[in-house]
Amino acid sequence: MSKTKSTVSKALAKNIRRNFVERLIEWALMLSGLIAILITFGIVFILVTESIPFFEVVSIKEFLTSTIWTPNFEIKNYGILPLVAGTVTITGIALLVAIPLGTITAVYLSEFASHKLRETVKPILELLVGVPTVVFGYFALLLVTPLLQKIYPDLPTFNMLGPGIVMGIMIVPYIASVAEDAMRAVPMAMREGSYAMGATRFQTAKTVVMPAALSGIIAAYILAISRGIGETMIVAIAAGQQPNFTFNPVESAATITAYIVSVALGDLEHGGIGYQSIFAAGIVLFIMTLSLNILGQWTRKKFTERY
Amino acid sequence: MAIGDQNIKDLNAIRKLIKQHKKNDSIFAGVGLFVIATLAVALLVLFLDLVIDGYPKMNLDFFSNFPSRKAEGAGILSAWVGSSLVLIVTFFVAVPMGVAAGIYLEEYAKKGWFADLIEINVANLAGVPSIIYGLLALGLFVYEFGLGQSILTAGLTLSLLMLPIVIVSTREAIRAIPVHIREAAYAVGATKWQVTLHHVLQYAMGGVLTGIIIGMARAIGETAPVITIGALTFIAFLPPSPVTDVVPFINFAWLDAGFTVLPIQMFNWISRPEHAFHINAAATGAVIIILTLLMNGIAIKLRYNIRKKIKW
Repeated sequence: MSKTKSTVSKALAKNIRRNFVERLIEWALMLSGLIAILITFGIVFILVTESIPFFEVVSIKEFLTSTIWTPNFEIKNYGILPLVAGTVTITGIALLVAIPLGTITAVYLSEFASHKLRETVKPILELLVGVPTVVFGYFALLLVTPLLQKIYPDLPTFNMLGPGIVMGIMIVPYIASVAEDAMRAVPMAMREGSYAMGATRFQTAKTVVMPAALSGIIAAYILAISRGIGETMIVAIAAGQQPNFTFNPVESAATITAYIVSVALGDLEHGGIGYQSIFAAGIVLFIMTLSLNILGQWTRKKFTERY
Repeated sequence: MAIGDQNIKDLNAIRKLIKQHKKNDSIFAGVGLFVIATLAVALLVLFLDLVIDGYPKMNLDFFSNFPSRKAEGAGILSAWVGSSLVLIVTFFVAVPMGVAAGIYLEEYAKKGWFADLIEINVANLAGVPSIIYGLLALGLFVYEFGLGQSILTAGLTLSLLMLPIVIVSTREAIRAIPVHIREAAYAVGATKWQVTLHHVLQYAMGGVLTGIIIGMARAIGETAPVITIGALTFIAFLPPSPVTDVVPFINFAWLDAGFTVLPIQMFNWISRPEHAFHINAAATGAVIIILTLLMNGIAIKLRYNIRKKIKW
């Protein structure tokens, strides 16, 4: 009797320690999970608090509607539109390159390529997604722009066309990879049904697979736009750092990201308006990419729910 | 008779149609192959250009010299030492935290708003442009915490970027492990943490490692956030050595030191007008590319092997 009691109490004592350690570990793990939320709050908090003094000097209306951005001039103007124009133009060029090439690659890999070719190309695509962007910046400034200058001699050294094209090439593997995943997820039975009706592979791809995978493909485009907007080094190196309100690809212009880099490279005076202005620019960039990312994830989720 | 003619006419039209569609099919196959081949050639040319341009600089001196105002004698000593030290910090911050968060989400978190909230945040953080992390670090680490433009700040910044990658890959690796492994361990009296640490994590190790390598490769090449926190571009000294000859043989003074990293060194040389510096930039770029491609290649191969080998 007493023996049983002591075993039970021992086991109980052991259990308390065990439970305590277990609890402790669970809390530690939860705190790590909490970090993800804290980072998001940290980003919003820092962007907002650091740019509040900026918006006390510059009205939000001026910031959003003025077409002049001259933080380094005697008369300072802070209109974000030139930076947005540069960002939109370069991203637009990149998409003109990346969407057709990426989509064709995805369709080919998913519907036409042999198993062996697909298994070779897919890992290479994944490999290319990891190439650092500073290297692509080198290509844009020292390889692609000089090549373009041979065709179009008036092209300035810093322009939006070269970095746009290089950014497009950078984004191709990304679009191809995500869109191909979406098309592979279309059930085989749908293709077989189409083949049984006598459709060719191209017809099947065009009229059955692509419509079925459409939301996944569109999600790939949206996430690619977000990547282009947030891309920094290619544009900082090759597009110039002169804010110009222009959509002309053969002119030089700064993007939001390039402006942040150019300010950070100079001597940052903590609390100065130049310092605050990069956080204001950061808010615009954050809102643009965040809304695109949410839109992209939502589109993709809709797609996965259907099958 | 007239009906037969009509049939033959129809038949011919159909044959023509089939022929046309088959032609479209092969045209697209040709276009697709052409596009992939062109991309492959274009990228190959780009990388070869980098390696060929940088080749004259590829020698030991390049790795053991400081950057200099003269392009010929300049090297990447401070850059690669800086990159290595920053990566050490990144590794020791991002890996424990990322793996822990991944374990929590897969094994511990109850389905509910809290787990959903973390999940949404992780997904969104993966899509935040790297320069935004730079701004966060500038405001938070450099000024709020007063860490300055140090190796510690840079390491923490890059670990923020790496965190979502580690979390996602840890979760995927854990999710692939079947329930019966856990049930077997529970049946012999293991606690939840023992199950996780001794069994789940052991089997998930390959997948976790893949994520860590890909994350580190990304951290090596990241430029924008490190520039944003105000890293210097011209550094002709080394941070204090992490290993000393006095007890306790390690010192942490290096965490506080100024630094530069490989991609910033490359950026700095690209931005100079003289061609001689562009050669240095190309050589640095080749070093970065080889490092990141090698690491990503190992990770992809590892993942491929895991997928092939494991049959539950």
